[in-house]
Amino acid sequence: MFEIRIHSRGGQGGVTAARLLAMAALHDGKYATACPFYGAERRGAPIVSFVRIDDRPIKVYSQIRDPDLVVVLDASVMDTVDVLHGLKKGGRVFINSAHKPDVAGYTTYNVDLTGIALRENLVVAGSPILNTPVLGALAKMGVVSADSAKSAIRGMFTDEKNVKAAEAAYKEMSA
Amino acid sequence: MKEISTGNKAIAKAVKQALPDVVAAYPITPQTEIVETIADFVTSGQMKSRYIPVESEHSAMAACIGASITGVRTFTATSAHGLLYMHEMTNWAAGARLPIVMANVNRSLGPGWNIWAEHTDAMQERDTGWLQVYVSTVQEAYDTTLMAFRIAEHNDVLLPVMVNLDGFVLSHIMQPLDTVEPGDFIPPIHLPHAIDVKNPTGYGGLTGPDQHFLFKWDIERSMRDSEKVIAATEADFAKRFGRKYGPTEEYRCDDADVTLIAMGTLGKEAEVAIDILRKEGIKAGSMRLRWFRPFPKLDLKGKEVVVIDRDYSFGYGGIVAHEIMAKCHCEVYSVIAGLGGQEVTYDDIAEFVRRRRIGTEFWFGVNAHV
Repeated sequence: MFEIRIHSRGGQGGVTAARLLAMAALHDGKYATACPFYGAERRGAPIVSFVRIDDRPIKVYSQIRDPDLVVVLDASVMDTVDVLHGLKKGGRVFINSAHKPDVAGYTTYNVDLTGIALRENLVVAGSPILNTPVLGALAKMGVVSADSAKSAIRGMFTDEKNVKAAEAAYKEMSA
Repeated sequence: MKEISTGNKAIAKAVKQALPDVVAAYPITPQTEIVETIADFVTSGQMKSRYIPVESEHSAMAACIGASITGVRTFTATSAHGLLYMHEMTNWAAGARLPIVMANVNRSLGPGWNIWAEHTDAMQERDTGWLQVYVSTVQEAYDTTLMAFRIAEHNDVLLPVMVNLDGFVLSHIMQPLDTVEPGDFIPPIHLPHAIDVKNPTGYGGLTGPDQHFLFKWDIERSMRDSEKVIAATEADFAKRFGRKYGPTEEYRCDDADVTLIAMGTLGKEAEVAIDILRKEGIKAGSMRLRWFRPFPKLDLKGKEVVVIDRDYSFGYGGIVAHEIMAKCHCEVYSVIAGLGGQEVTYDDIAEFVRRRRIGTEFWFGVNAHV
């Protein structure tokens, strides 16, 4: 079972990213569950959501304790949240950033998703949309296939800008 | 068709396909998405139901009763304090033999104020005459809701059915969902005692001491008959759509020395714990209790029994544990865990089995045997 924890802020689309990722995994012929941790969250507060992907039906409901991959949609949450908590040895970290993250002991990946969203004019209520471009980055990392990522996005959003943003993230991905 | 859906949306989709004539509901966390989605279906014309927004849950159930007594299919949904607020009317719905289907998203009762999963809300409706079923996956929530209408409306039952799903853990999780075309799986509703709205008449509703018990016995008789109806409905569902359900879901129980019993999502996660225990050489099995009313016959002879209760009766104990002890004439290790959404992992569940002390009660997190 492959376990992913997504860190974001309320309103940034972390929950939708989890849902898209689960849908893409389903398109890949796998089983997937996505769940947000619902607390007393509000817009702007740090939140986490979880995605599990497996070849067999998933029976686990409890929260992910030792993820294989940590995805950080908003690097500013790292000031107050230990995003690496429980991350498996040899685990991977993706951070939405233009700069190569400085995280010792883990393989890190980064793309400036915010820059892509602004460039593609993917902005809702003044906030750049990160949940569709991040799918492109995760596809590049091999979490889901690129085709499935696009199908999942098209299944939820009619605006092709979302797919373009994911494609841009896929291209700009650096390891 | 395969999709990714929350538990709440899966229920709303099943309700849409069951085509109720009337839906009356009041939103409450974590049930809101069910009634919100149904309201969307109705306003967008995808669902030709009359949606009655009401000012409270008491009114929601009253409106369902008023609709159902005219012989039409009726649905509502609630949770926790909303369910408690309905309590007078839930008794009425069962007593008037109205096959209302309700989704209850299990949530704890305040104070302390808490919106997370617990079964005590539904347990407080235990003696009302409603059938109660507890589901463990998004798919099961959908399938069971479809079946609930057929079971409730069956002439040998004519009692309301409550479909229970764990708040947030199941109501908000996104899992694969395979929807079906129900076709004639749910026959048209025929309520033999429906009132004739075109010819209104009034009768005194008082039943004297020489008759009242007969009405109560009739509820119990139908409760007992419902076991056959449930089994037949689940068998037909399996035949048509390929997914099997029963009063319990058993996992590696056959040769087990220890049987672990839980309801809802904990009962599903328990299967992971069983695999861990088996690897350690502990012959354990999981028996997830699906139907709670009518209470199924459980064969626990020769087994050590561990029961997880996500509920409690103060001054008595875990409700499921005590029902099993009484019904099955056995002692159990009673674990109280998951109250108010308390995190319980498969490792915790495995540990409950390892440390079992039959005849005692254990509060997870309090770490006291009592």
